[in-house]
Amino acid sequence: MQKVKLVEQLTMAKAAEIRATKNDGKPVELPSFRPGDTVNIAVRVIEGEKERIQNFQGIVIARRGSGVNETFRVRKVSNGVGVERIFPLHSPTIQNLTVVRNGSVRRAKLYYLRGMSEKKIRAKLS
Amino acid sequence: MSVILGKKLGMTSVFNEKGDLVPCTVVEAGPCPIVKVKTKDSDGYDALQIGYGDSRTDKISKPVAGQFTKAGVTPKRLLKEFRNIQGAYAVGDAITVSAFTKGDTVKAVGTSKGKGFQGVVRRHHFSGVGMQTHGQADRQRAPGSIGASSYPSRVFKGQRMAGRMGGKKTTVRNLKIVDIMPDSNLILVSGSIPGAINSVVELIKM
Repeated sequence: MQKVKLVEQLTMAKAAEIRATKNDGKPVELPSFRPGDTVNIAVRVIEGEKERIQNFQGIVIARRGSGVNETFRVRKVSNGVGVERIFPLHSPTIQNLTVVRNGSVRRAKLYYLRGMSEKKIRAKLS
Repeated sequence: MSVILGKKLGMTSVFNEKGDLVPCTVVEAGPCPIVKVKTKDSDGYDALQIGYGDSRTDKISKPVAGQFTKAGVTPKRLLKEFRNIQGAYAVGDAITVSAFTKGDTVKAVGTSKGKGFQGVVRRHHFSGVGMQTHGQADRQRAPGSIGASSYPSRVFKGQRMAGRMGGKKTTVRNLKIVDIMPDSNLILVSGSIPGAINSVVELIKM
């Protein structure tokens, strides 16, 4: 069991290493965040040979899992269409993550935000 | 073709180059010393005898201990023979995880978890008989008819029925090697492999 944990730690360390290579060797630490926070995620997108950074900004509506399997769900409204993305927390495709705004909510899963207008969501999170 | 014996340690996930999370099983494999090389001339067939896992010297009988002394290796808990293994192998050499490379296709052979005495629904995926209502009772997980009447007046051999399930030698083929860690004798194999944690598995390159 301990060796399985070791493999998980190595996997996470490797992802951090990949993040550092794109940041002149400086380690990038992901801040702590919780559901309700608005985050901006720099995602590395591979298009054929080239690699570029794409930003995805939205509200964290859920976190689940533990260890290397931990994921979080980010929701944003793009051109009137709701978009939700699930990111593995330790994914090497996440180049950076910044907390734009802290939200104050009582629940761990904010699925109820889906049916609400932006104005209502703003009121709910503050 | 190469072969190695190991212990299933458990499952986890690792990221691949594309950033996908790949589920994999961690196997602590080898080093497996070669105890005997059987050839057509000496034994009538070609085979490789390898050991795995250190054993207490007072736990093995003298005749078995003699085989290890002859090969010049420390006594092992397990001794297994594999046929049709190509390549030059010498007695006393150890097979380590380095015999495999990332991306290799392997098959995993192990003993599946014992499920005990199970009915036909769980054991053979029967769908049970009848409905829940309309006066039916006790038929939900029944096997149904197991044969006809005056002909054949018996149940055919091989009729699938309830019985002991699992605890059998099971092979899973076409598994990919995700990663190898020679320092800690670990192999990561994609997907799941048969058996409980701490059970012995054979990994055979296909």
